[in-house]
Amino acid sequence: MLLLSAGRPAVDAGDTAWLLAATALVLLMTPGLALFYGGMVRSKSVLNMFMMSFVSIALVTVVWLAAGYTLAFGPDAGGLGLIGGLDHLGMHGITPLSVTGHVPTLLFAAFQLTFAIITAALISGAVADRTRFGAWVVFVVVWTLAVYVPVAHWVFGTGGWITARLGALDFAGGTVVEVCSGASGLALAIVLGPRIGFRKDAMRPHNLPLVLLGAGLLWFGWFGFNAGSALAANGLAAAAFVNTQAAGCAGLLGWLVVEKRRDGHATTLGAASGAVAGLVAITPSCGSVDMVGALVVGLAAGVLCSYAVSWKFRWGVDDSLDVVGVHLVGGVVGTLLIGLLATATMTGGPEGLFYGGGPGQLGKQAVAIAAVGTYAFAVTYGIGRAIDRLLGFRAAEDEERTGLDLTVHAETAYDHGVLTHGTSLPGRPAAAHHPDRSTLG
Amino acid sequence: MKLVTAVIKPFKLDDVKTALQEMGVHGLTVTEASGYGRQRGHTEVYRGAEYRVDLVPKARVEVLVDDADADAVIDAVVAAARTGKIGDGKVWAVAVDTAVRVRTGERGPDAL
Repeated sequence: MLLLSAGRPAVDAGDTAWLLAATALVLLMTPGLALFYGGMVRSKSVLNMFMMSFVSIALVTVVWLAAGYTLAFGPDAGGLGLIGGLDHLGMHGITPLSVTGHVPTLLFAAFQLTFAIITAALISGAVADRTRFGAWVVFVVVWTLAVYVPVAHWVFGTGGWITARLGALDFAGGTVVEVCSGASGLALAIVLGPRIGFRKDAMRPHNLPLVLLGAGLLWFGWFGFNAGSALAANGLAAAAFVNTQAAGCAGLLGWLVVEKRRDGHATTLGAASGAVAGLVAITPSCGSVDMVGALVVGLAAGVLCSYAVSWKFRWGVDDSLDVVGVHLVGGVVGTLLIGLLATATMTGGPEGLFYGGGPGQLGKQAVAIAAVGTYAFAVTYGIGRAIDRLLGFRAAEDEERTGLDLTVHAETAYDHGVLTHGTSLPGRPAAAHHPDRSTLG
Repeated sequence: MKLVTAVIKPFKLDDVKTALQEMGVHGLTVTEASGYGRQRGHTEVYRGAEYRVDLVPKARVEVLVDDADADAVIDAVVAAARTGKIGDGKVWAVAVDTAVRVRTGERGPDAL
């Protein structure tokens, strides 16, 4: 950590300005995810889907400021690169003058916070329509501290073993965010079991315009996610920015081509999912591949993920909104492809197999994926089982059948009926408050 | 009096409504419905998964008519709703004991 050095302010105004904007962009991704997920569920559980994302913003922020930041980004505790120390518990000792790289440490902490938020929120897609809200609240708190924080330290933290010792490359969180959320989602989907009617009812998305709007906001925010991960306003940020765009587009096209040939239709859900798959895959690799590499990464993810989302029907695991099929598979694709496509002009050193670097980097990438995936799956499974035993993780059958919006939140997303659920103020007939409705027909 | 009920393809609703208006039917009630007949539903593929669609969207049209008009109304509905393809629907009629116009209290055929 640099403090004010002689003659030159350690804080760079340009870098700081960009990272402030990038942090706000990444935060916007979680409401975008709420729209993306909310449109994909059935109309009876839309608000619940939104709430799982929105409450994650609040919960992870509190947890992060209290202990998450210091455990992820505090000075390495024990020297093994496994977890940060408790030096900055409650953000202790971090002032407006503290500097990380060329930006204020407070800003760096806020930027990293937005990553933690969306990673937790991503998991909710694997357990849509059937999760007890209180259990989710507890899960997010425990999961952030037990799963996200250590993994973030391994990859992003100073002295973290995956980056510092192993030498695997992960620019913006292909392992920390994508593999981690995907493997955690898989574990939680197994703990909760499939929705009533899984593999029988179609359960098609109830509102595709919401899905597309959400995908658009995710795409927009992803520029902050990836280009912001340069932690500077420079050429690397610009390259990550363009790589992000290239991969998102290649993913969209790849998914649509497969879908059209396989199912006969190019769907809007396919376009949204393909773009997200490409963006997921370029997340780890946007700082290590060139633009042709980015197109390959995006296309590979779009094609592979479009097949991966149907595996759940064979396995009987109701990963409802394809967190595994898109984020785990896309994250693995993007992280592995670094081993083939990394170029020294981007990384400043390590090269992939196709760029003359030998197979070594590919092996490092595979180890990083295996470590993060296994840890996230195993610990999340344990947390999920414990919460299920202590609190009950799954909503009651009648709540699930009626829909969680009404039974858990006492609200409905849409009120198209003329009968307004028969509600009225105590002691007064409903019609008195709706004179326009009494003249219908 | 008879209650004529028709379950038809939703996009044929306008044709049926027009045909009934042209023959002087004063009122009808339409509800969105879903169901299946002899052909059952069909199979669809979405996001790489194949599933059966058993219940197909339909429009349900109900008309109260005088006994003397029933056959003509049924014929008009059938003619207007037919495409010749599976899933065109069904029309039936049942006898009705009483009908009352709520606003005036008129009973029987006068209420139609």
